[in-house]
Amino acid sequence: MDQQDNSKKVLFNANDEIPTFVGSDRQSHVTTYLHNNPAAVPLTVLLISIIVFGVVAGERFFSPFALTLIFQQVAIIGIVACAQSLVILTAGIDLSVGAIMVLSSVVMGKLTFDQGLPPEVSITIGLLCGLLIGLINGLLVAFVKLPPFIVTLGTWQITLAINFLYSGSEVIRSQDIARQAPILQFFGGTIEVGDAVITYGVLFLLGLVCLSSYVLSNTAWGRHIYAVGDDPVAAELAGVSVNRVLIEVYAIAGLICAFAGWALIGRLGSVSPQAGQLTNIESITAVVIGGISLFGGRGALAGSLFGALIVGVFSLGLRMLGADVQWTYLLIGILIIMAVTIDQYIRKKVL
Amino acid sequence: MTEVKPIFSAEGLVKRYGRVVALDHCDFDLNPGEILAIIGDNGAGKSTLIKALSGAIQPDEGQMYLNGQPIEFSSPVDARRHGIETVYQTLAMSPALSIADNMFMGREIRRPGFRGCVLRQLDKPKMRKIAQEKLFNLGLTTIQNIDQPVETLSGGQRQGVAVARAAAFGSSVLILDEPTAALGVKESRRVLSLIEQVRDRGIPIILISHNMPYVFEVADRIHVHRLGRRLTVIDPRKRSMSDAVALMTGAMEPD
Repeated sequence: MDQQDNSKKVLFNANDEIPTFVGSDRQSHVTTYLHNNPAAVPLTVLLISIIVFGVVAGERFFSPFALTLIFQQVAIIGIVACAQSLVILTAGIDLSVGAIMVLSSVVMGKLTFDQGLPPEVSITIGLLCGLLIGLINGLLVAFVKLPPFIVTLGTWQITLAINFLYSGSEVIRSQDIARQAPILQFFGGTIEVGDAVITYGVLFLLGLVCLSSYVLSNTAWGRHIYAVGDDPVAAELAGVSVNRVLIEVYAIAGLICAFAGWALIGRLGSVSPQAGQLTNIESITAVVIGGISLFGGRGALAGSLFGALIVGVFSLGLRMLGADVQWTYLLIGILIIMAVTIDQYIRKKVL
Repeated sequence: MTEVKPIFSAEGLVKRYGRVVALDHCDFDLNPGEILAIIGDNGAGKSTLIKALSGAIQPDEGQMYLNGQPIEFSSPVDARRHGIETVYQTLAMSPALSIADNMFMGREIRRPGFRGCVLRQLDKPKMRKIAQEKLFNLGLTTIQNIDQPVETLSGGQRQGVAVARAAAFGSSVLILDEPTAALGVKESRRVLSLIEQVRDRGIPIILISHNMPYVFEVADRIHVHRLGRRLTVIDPRKRSMSDAVALMTGAMEPD
């Protein structure tokens, strides 16, 4: 008993002499909040733009039909932006996303119509094709240590060239697909509730965002993605297998793009090798407006969904107002610069 | 005085980089429960020794022993697996991630049962609780929010978190590389008492520092490194700082 008391006393005394560190007060509440909720800014911008367009364009814009139409229009970019987000969180970039998407959709179509494979098999091969190109990106980034920009600039060109060589730039018509292999158009299927029209592609996008967000914040692998993007040397020393994480991220990004290719068939109806030429830039735009740092390690995946939706709201809203489409690009350009400025501000503020 | 058995030791370590001999048959030993400071002039081979001890490089010759058993480390991660924790000068933390995330980086705890096995869900509450406890035990009581990103902490707090992380997971040896180099006087003092606390909890520490007053304040023994090997080990209570500097620079021969 005595001894216990003594040890308690010792502990207590020790506590008294324990050194204390003075915390830094350099952070304002705003920056702390933004730091911990990186998707808050794009969400606010999204809500404000919906309200503004709703007030200006009225009923036409602020209707279940128009609002769900925006979702349909951004579904493809949103899916690709998820892949892009994962890559950008590792402080990388993937320029080949659009090319992977298109090639995968072409593979699915060609194998079904030219080789006569069952569409389910073609789809599986198309998905594996995306996974493979992503894997190649990952291996080059992780082991050959090439900058991701260069690697994917290369695989973008290569994939696009293979796409055109293989397809002969031929389009597979929507009616043929609908008649012979409707499963290729699966993601174009709709659920209608009143005026609201939701496609399976939109549901896939929402599911993907939820799943990816869960993985990023609630699994060790997700935290490792942030750590790799933040400081790869520190991550490696802490016991994270940096190369493995990189390879897995690029491979999964490729797979997600292949799913986007499948969803693209649903959206267009046809298989078109010319589609998605700007997808890589549009996906990067969504990610950046979504508040994910191009320097890696910061941001929330939901942000890129908001980013894609902001672009969708602007284009539909301005079109309804009869404005020149160039106004959309102009405003998006401003948003991009603002988003990166905020990111820089947050990063500077805390360092 | 009875012979103490070293917990971590090395004999005849040699490391060559081309024609440069960075470690020249260097011996080393760390006793249980002590703070052993390593001092030496720039280029004496201190960092090479530390790299060998922490698994960052593999010596060309010589043998290391942990608890009397011969041992080799293939990487820092391997060394860590054997209980040798190193706090690097750069701290090796992810600035944008929270304190809890950083403390458990690479050794996350998953939830029990279905959520952990199948959904791979992390046990965040448990990790937060443990991280908070570890910090509190080491007196880092002013850190309010365990979800605070590491980059919002002061230099001393970061060092504190790095030390707490290293000491938290049943480590048997702690290597601290220049822990006060980037800190002001006040924060250095706090880090020094933190180091003594860790030692008092029974974890022996290897301390590399250029700061003689700090070394003489906390070290139990001082390993003087010169020309790629251990010149001598001195007792800071019996020798003066100027002796140490003289030994380091070769102005004085060891007895």
